[in-house]
Amino acid sequence: MRTGALIDCDVHNAVSSDAELQPYLSTRWRRHMELIGSRTFSPFTKGYAYPKAARFASRRDAWPPTGGLPGSDLEFMKEQLLDAYPVKHAVLNCLYRAPEQRHDAYGAALATAVNNWQVDQWLERDDRLRASITVPFEFPDLAAAEIDRATTCPGFVQVLLYPRTAAPLGRREYWPIYEAACRAGLPIGIHAASTTPGPITATGWPSYYIEDHTGLAVAFQAQVISLIFNGVFDRFPELRVVLLEGGFAWVPALAHRLDALHARLGEEVPDLRYPPSHYLRSHIRITTQPMEEPERPGDLVPLIREVGADLLMFSTDYPHWDFDNPHRAFRTRVPATLHRQIMHDNACATYRLAA
Amino acid sequence: MTGSNRHVVVAAADEIPPGGRKIVHIDGRSVGVFNLGDRYVALRNTCPHEGAPLCEGALSGALTSPRPGEYHYERRGEILRCPWHQWEFDLRTGRSWVDPERLRVRSYSVTCENDHVVLHL
Ligand code: FES
Repeated sequence: MRTGALIDCDVHNAVSSDAELQPYLSTRWRRHMELIGSRTFSPFTKGYAYPKAARFASRRDAWPPTGGLPGSDLEFMKEQLLDAYPVKHAVLNCLYRAPEQRHDAYGAALATAVNNWQVDQWLERDDRLRASITVPFEFPDLAAAEIDRATTCPGFVQVLLYPRTAAPLGRREYWPIYEAACRAGLPIGIHAASTTPGPITATGWPSYYIEDHTGLAVAFQAQVISLIFNGVFDRFPELRVVLLEGGFAWVPALAHRLDALHARLGEEVPDLRYPPSHYLRSHIRITTQPMEEPERPGDLVPLIREVGADLLMFSTDYPHWDFDNPHRAFRTRVPATLHRQIMHDNACATYRLAA
Repeated sequence: MTGSNRHVVVAAADEIPPGGRKIVHIDGRSVGVFNLGDRYVALRNTCPHEGAPLCEGALSGALTSPRPGEYHYERRGEILRCPWHQWEFDLRTGRSWVDPERLRVRSYSVTCENDHVVLHL
């Protein structure tokens, strides 16, 4: 079905080469970049552990004719996305590997550089764009400082974390990030990617990308469970968390399980003020891409209703290979009010965009 | 294939070499014309999944596996892979490789007449 005005909650702008960030680094960190360079938590400094389905995990038609990486050229992004569909706003989630750096201060310097680059090269060049703040979240005090610094620019609407972290995100060491996000009035976005130095699943390293990709949904659920049971939403009642690219069909099953177990095991976490599903429904928002595609397409609407009409926000994931086309992503008729909530209203509320 | 009533010259015979392709636009329709070596085929340049420009996808062969641990790579250059979600289509039939009964992309017949490649719409 064709769509009216939409908010695209997940678009990836890319830094084409380290040289692009150099003007945003001090001499000390430029020198570090030249002499030492990227050293990430994962065992692979260049590239990833799995073969990402397509080059740079991108649509084959998304390589800019001017050269550079998919997502690096604003003019081409306009042509393929912003002007091609009725995009009112798009939220940029830059996945440059600043949060993955083992060197804490270098990671922080890169994050600051990425954010300043986003302001200059993206936010100030197109009114439709909004962006997430890149932070070195494995070093929460440095991350909090970057949130405080970056929020002076109104184009930032979210703080970006990943679902595969060194420890579960509900743990106390990450709380300074939530405190800073609340100070800034911004939601936390958790987008598919990792900083874990260990295996990406609970049982070890899988063999294939197809396992990596499927397993993301599991990683997101683990973070939701951790945030709820560690009392993050009781301590930070203003906090909103957006799950980006983790699927949503699992939400009803998780909600039932959380509540059923809480009824039996709740004494262990007696300071939880509400049944766990309450936190899920009132603090968590979820982006749609990759859209769930049930075997009977008509099953999608009842599924969405069970997840919650307020929870879902549309996203394309441009320029990545698993992009969802705003006009074609729902392969069934979605009632107009529900459709508008998902395409537009829910994101306006979450990111405080003018409706 | 469907009954055709329009014939359009889309290329000179030597313009699309074996293994090559040309994407043409006719009356608002985008169509990919492919030379398979023994014949030409043409497919609508719109993926039936979410509408990607299918004919810009990579050409590959088919990997089949009769039993675990045994693989065959066959039909090199005859399988078109969508540039977005990687669904594969058989160039000769327009049918999806994994779900040929339920899913296909519109195909058109192509002939070679007097050194011209002619598309039948
Ligand atoms: S649009 Fe072609 S596979 Fe999805």
